[in-house]
Order: sequence, then structure tokens, then C-alpha cells
Amino acid sequence: MTVDAADGYTFAFDGAPVPFRPGQSVGAALAASGITSWRTTRGAGEPRGLFCGIGVCYDCLLSVDGLRSQRACVTVARAGQDVRSDDPGAALARPADASSDGTRA
Amino acid sequence: MSAIPFDLAVVGAGPAGLSAAVVAAEAGLRVVLIDAGVQTGGQYWRHPDERHLDAFAAPEHTGHHHWDHYRALRDRLRRRISDGRVDHRAGRQVWRIDPAGDGTVFALRTTAVAGLDDAAPADRAIHARRVVLAPGAYDRQLPLPGWTLPGVMAAGGVQAMLKANQVTAGRRAVVAGTGPFLLSVAAGLARAGVEVVAVCEANALSRWAATPLRAVQEPAKLLEGVGYAATFLRHRIPLHTRTIVARVAGDERARGVTIAAVDGDGRVRPGTERDLDVDLVALGWGFTPQLELVVGAGARTRVDVDGSLVAVVDRDQRTSVAGLYAAGEATGVGGAVQSCAEGELAALAAAVDSGYGIPSARARRLRRRIARGRRFAVGMHRASPVPEHWASWLHDDTLVCRCEEVTVAAVRETVVDLAADDARDVRVTARPGMGMCQGRVCGFALSCLVADRTGRPTRAADLEPLVRRPVGTPIRVADLAALADLSGVADAEAPGPTDPVAPSGLTPSDLADLAPRKERP
Repeated sequence: MTVDAADGYTFAFDGAPVPFRPGQSVGAALAASGITSWRTTRGAGEPRGLFCGIGVCYDCLLSVDGLRSQRACVTVARAGQDVRSDDPGAALARPADASSDGTRA
Repeated sequence: MSAIPFDLAVVGAGPAGLSAAVVAAEAGLRVVLIDAGVQTGGQYWRHPDERHLDAFAAPEHTGHHHWDHYRALRDRLRRRISDGRVDHRAGRQVWRIDPAGDGTVFALRTTAVAGLDDAAPADRAIHARRVVLAPGAYDRQLPLPGWTLPGVMAAGGVQAMLKANQVTAGRRAVVAGTGPFLLSVAAGLARAGVEVVAVCEANALSRWAATPLRAVQEPAKLLEGVGYAATFLRHRIPLHTRTIVARVAGDERARGVTIAAVDGDGRVRPGTERDLDVDLVALGWGFTPQLELVVGAGARTRVDVDGSLVAVVDRDQRTSVAGLYAAGEATGVGGAVQSCAEGELAALAAAVDSGYGIPSARARRLRRRIARGRRFAVGMHRASPVPEHWASWLHDDTLVCRCEEVTVAAVRETVVDLAADDARDVRVTARPGMGMCQGRVCGFALSCLVADRTGRPTRAADLEPLVRRPVGTPIRVADLAALADLSGVADAEAPGPTDPVAPSGLTPSDLADLAPRKERP
């Protein structure tokens, strides 16, 4: 199966356009474009991408529209999204700059 | 409590939860259906976005079984939603269940699955007099060298990509582990155009011969098997039994695997190792019921035939907690048909317990159906066990815990050098199971490794601490902070020892436990 996304259905991944079909997850759209990893681990710096594919393992975290630690496998792709392979372990922005809802417990 | 409580909350909209919600609403209960998915179906009936079916190449039922049954359930649910009997809260996860009010009402705390939570803080807590837990299950995993490389996925995740997204996660695949689900995944991949280089089943098919009567009692399962066999022939998929993936090779991603034959106990037969070029590795060792809400609500558990921790229920799906029912894989992995029957029966029990009259013949028929399904499931578990000596495949530096990057050596050293003699001790000492997934992925393997080292078999008491969490899913600090603004916070903080639902409330030390660990010590 190839992805021939309907016209206009793209989001940005680290600035580059990624096509998707409406209703697909961000993770599925990335995989369909041949992108298999989008973060590195805090310890050994190993690449990680989709593993469980259903929201259980938290391996596929990335940032979506400035919200960090979002699971690519359960995040619905939307046109114009700003998806980034931010390191989830990097320092947070200062509270004055950050969305109050952007931190995860 | 601000709003009138629902008669029944159903958690999960897969086969069990969907059946429970529909049947309960039709019996007259006012139901709230809470589900992490954006549309119903759960993992089993995961399908493309219903609003955009024309954007997908294949129809929504592609690769599905019992799809007509799902469509009928979906239609019935839609009717009950439109007449106001069911309130469907999609895309929300329950992270905690507490008693509220006078103890006859449950407060279910929810959070958005993805993105910002657009529900008002007061709407995030849902109140109901009774609760059916139908949380489902996910692939059980065993670690193996290289399993953290991108391109290695849970078999169910590969299936979910096919069913919901119509995306194949690779071009050349090996599917490995144990159990009939592997056949479904391999067939789905082949039909979608992936070259399935091998299916590696760790057990011998002859194990199924021990349960022929059980199989004949479930003709639909036999037919399903015949369908896979035909697909395997058509696509020339080799099925290797008593064979495992011993390791995955690659640097930035999976590039190949080494497969090997094993003996009946799972020890690799020397000289049988063989390399295959693949870019997708799908792994599954049966399923792990998602039990944190069951344990968190204080319901009794036991270890099932397959080694999974499951909810103890009576013959009508009641747990040990008054007003709390469990249905589907949470009571023992048995598949979708079994889950539907359990969901229906749980709904009927909830209706009866709420004072509604239900014809008893219907419950009797469901009980018989469930007993038959259970016999088949037990046969299935006995035919597809996790090999006894699976840990012999590991290297010292193989990661057991993917989140916290804890190696096999670290786990073993903790048991031997620090005398940590149960999985909970090892968890708090060496930190496996302490990352974002909270041991969901490594919990089973960890308990096996510890049991192996201590020589003590795993019991429910060993598995429960790996599942017991004050917060069932990672949530935003804002969700916790919002509790302080709600009247319901008193309920969360002050359950007494006699309280039937939560063994303990949120305490400051619980909150400290939840704090994100940004740096490694």
C-alpha cells in the first residue's frame, strides 16, 4: 500500500512536508513516508520510533504544535501541524514562555 | 458532585465495552462510554476514519473478522446516542477511579489521549453508580537482542497500522513469537503487499492436537485458521515452528534477523541459526490484559493459565468490588467473541443490580457461551506458552526495560548482589518499569527474570505491584492541579479503610512518585 494522500493533507516534520490520509495517525504517516525513528533515548542515545503502535509503550514520543511528549501512534494527523522530533529529555522552556498545559506529570 | 451520576460507566469501546454499553442502554440504563480511541471498535475492530473512508484505498472492513457484528453494534450504539441513553466520550483515558459522595458513586478521572485537554476541569471527572471495566489487552513482549531498533514492532501495532491507517510498516517482514494471532498479522501483511519472509512460531503445532474437541466447539476459529492457511499458500509464506528470532541486526534501524530452531523448552539448537534480510520485525507472545484500573480500584486478581494477571469475576462478571464489573481480556484473554459475550453479561448484571428486570434465559445462554469460549482459550494458552527457557536468548547488555534502558545484567545483579527478591524490589532498585510506560511492556519479562533468579514462581502478589499505580496513565500536572479546584477532591483524598473502591487516596508521596525524572542519577 502506498500513501497517495489527498491533496493538501500534509503536516510538517522538522520543517519538511509529510503527506497523510485524513484520519491517519502522525506515526503512520511518518512510517508511510519511510521515517522510522524520531527521537533518541536519554541514556545511550539510541534511535526510537513506533513500537506498540497503540498508545501503550511511549516509545514514539515527539512534539506536536509545541506540546511535548505526544504519542505519534495516537495523535491524529492534521493539515498544517508542526511536528518535531524534539528530545523529550531536553530542558523545558521557561514558564513565562511555555504553555501552562505543556508539562507532563 | 455537580452533575447527576450516570447509571453506568463503561471504560473501553472494544468488543466487550461496546457490547456492554449497547446492552445496558437497551436495558434502560443511562450510560457513559469512555474510550481512548477516537472511534469505537477497540484494537480488534480498529478501522480507518469513518468520516474519510473515501481517502483509503481499501474498504473499512479489510482484514477484519465478525465485521457484520461490529456494524450492528455500532448502529445500535448510534441509536442510543441519538436518543440520549449513551454519552460517548471518545479520545479520553481514565487515569484513576475513586469512590465519590456517599460511596455508592464512582468518580472516573479522565484526561485527553492526545493534545491539549479541551474538556473543562469539571467535565474531566465522570460520575457513575456502576462501572464496567473493559480495558482490553496489548501484545505481551519478551526482550531479545536488538528489539529496541526502529523497525521492530509489536505484532498488534503492525496490525493496527494496517487496519486503521492502511499503512505497511516495512517491505520485508518476519513475524515471530507464539500464538494464532501471528498468523492473522502475517496474512494481513501479505495481503497488503509486504513480503513475509518467515513466520516463526516458538511452539510446535502438535500442541494443538491435545485440544481437538475444544477446536471443534469453535468452528468460526477453525474457519479463520483455514483462511490463513490459504493466504499462506497463495503468498508462499514459510511457517517455521519451534523457531524463534534470536536477535535483530541493524544500526539506525532493523536490517535483518537471525532465526534459530529451539527445543521444546526454548533452548536454541546449535547450528540452526540463519540470517534473513528484513526491515520489519513483528513480535508477539500472546497478550497482556490492561489491568491498572482493575487493581487501582481494589478488585481481586489472580494469575491465569497464560501467566497473565487478570480480574477475578463471579459468573456474571462482578468483581470483588461492589458495583464494579470486568469484561473482555481483563478477565482472561479469550478473543473478541468471548469479549462480546462477557460485555453483554456484565451489562445485564449491572441492570439487574440496578433493579431492572432481565429475562434469566438470556444470562444463562451467555454463561454457557462464555464457559465454552473459556475452554477454548485455556486450550489456546496451553498450546502457545512462553517457552520456559526464553531468557537463554538474552545477552547481558540486552535491554529489559525500553524506557529506562535497564539491561538484563542490571536486573540479575540486583537480584544477586542486592538480594532484591521480588519484581517490586528490583523495580525500585534498578528502575526497570519506572519509565513512561510504567512497566506495561517489560513487566511480564521482569517478573519472569526475577522468578528465574530467585527460584520462586511468580504469583499474583508478585505481579500486582507492577500494575498498581496511583495514576493509571501519564497525565499533565494541570490535571492533578485541577483536582484541587473540584469539590470531588475531598472524595479523592479521604477514603477510609472501609472504603470499597480505592485502597488509598492520592498522597503527597504518590505525587512525588509521579514527578518526571529529567536526568539520570
